[in-house]
Amino acid sequence: MIATLAFYAFASVLVASAAMVVTSRNPVHAVLFLILAFFNAAGLFLLAGAEFLAMILVIVYVGAVAVLFLFVVMMLDVNFSEMRSGFVRYLPIGGAVGLVLLAELLMVGAVWSVSPSAPRLIAVPVPGGVTNTEALGRVLYTDYIYLFQAAGIVLLVAMIGAIVLTLRDRPGTKRQDIARQIDRSRRETLDMVNVEVGQGMVVPPKHEPAKQPEHANGNGHHGGGHH
Amino acid sequence: MLAVGLGHYLAVAAILFSLGVFGIFLNRKNVIVILMSIELLLLAVNINLVAFSAHLGDLTGQIFVMFILTVAAAEAAIGLAIVVVYFRNRGSIAVEDISMMKG
Repeated sequence: MIATLAFYAFASVLVASAAMVVTSRNPVHAVLFLILAFFNAAGLFLLAGAEFLAMILVIVYVGAVAVLFLFVVMMLDVNFSEMRSGFVRYLPIGGAVGLVLLAELLMVGAVWSVSPSAPRLIAVPVPGGVTNTEALGRVLYTDYIYLFQAAGIVLLVAMIGAIVLTLRDRPGTKRQDIARQIDRSRRETLDMVNVEVGQGMVVPPKHEPAKQPEHANGNGHHGGGHH
Repeated sequence: MLAVGLGHYLAVAAILFSLGVFGIFLNRKNVIVILMSIELLLLAVNINLVAFSAHLGDLTGQIFVMFILTVAAAEAAIGLAIVVVYFRNRGSIAVEDISMMKG
């Protein structure tokens, strides 16, 4: 009884928030409703007995994907209200396609039934006595280990691809070059000068071959007097 | 076993899938909302797979959901990265402006 009530609560909030995702005026609100939809879908997963997937849905979708959407929506300086100019124009065709698709899906679901021979085809029966997470792990790391590794490679490629796509080095920015900082020696930064009494400061010749040493010397003599 | 019938889950998933398709048609100018609609479509498919997995007592459906989650996360990351790069180059993310492969 409670499970049925919870199912209807989760399902109604899920459908309502999904409707708000596609119709909301502000994309930030759309992302927040998407997060709400993911939470309610996780509730549905819990009711179906898939606890691990419910937690994965919350962690991966809400924690990573939805936050990524939120970052991008807030980062891009786009006039979103102007993008909705065709909203009313596309409403009839979109509504028609959606309703036709929904009617087709419901018609398929209404006349559909499980074949009596289907239980013989079960590949991995749910084992009794272990938790959902342990049962999934036992299957995932044995029968599906290659697919699991391939999924990891897909994620790696996606990560590298996203970094390569969005990385840019802007010219003119000042960054700390730690290797150069450490590599600096006293010889190229500091000069010990013996200042004669009454002579003033004499600028010593630079370590790089100076262009006009005599000019530098003369400049030093005069400069010492000025400063 | 499912607390409520399989049909209820399938109906929710069908409504969610239709809403996703509806959203793609409705927000034809905004790439970000289209990506969110695709996430809704994938969520509907996941609900279907979990419902069948629980109904038939077969864990394979839940394994598939895990792989779909992986691919969906990768798709969202790459899609949003492309949107960001496109916005940097053009200053707009309107779909009708995206008609050239040339940057």
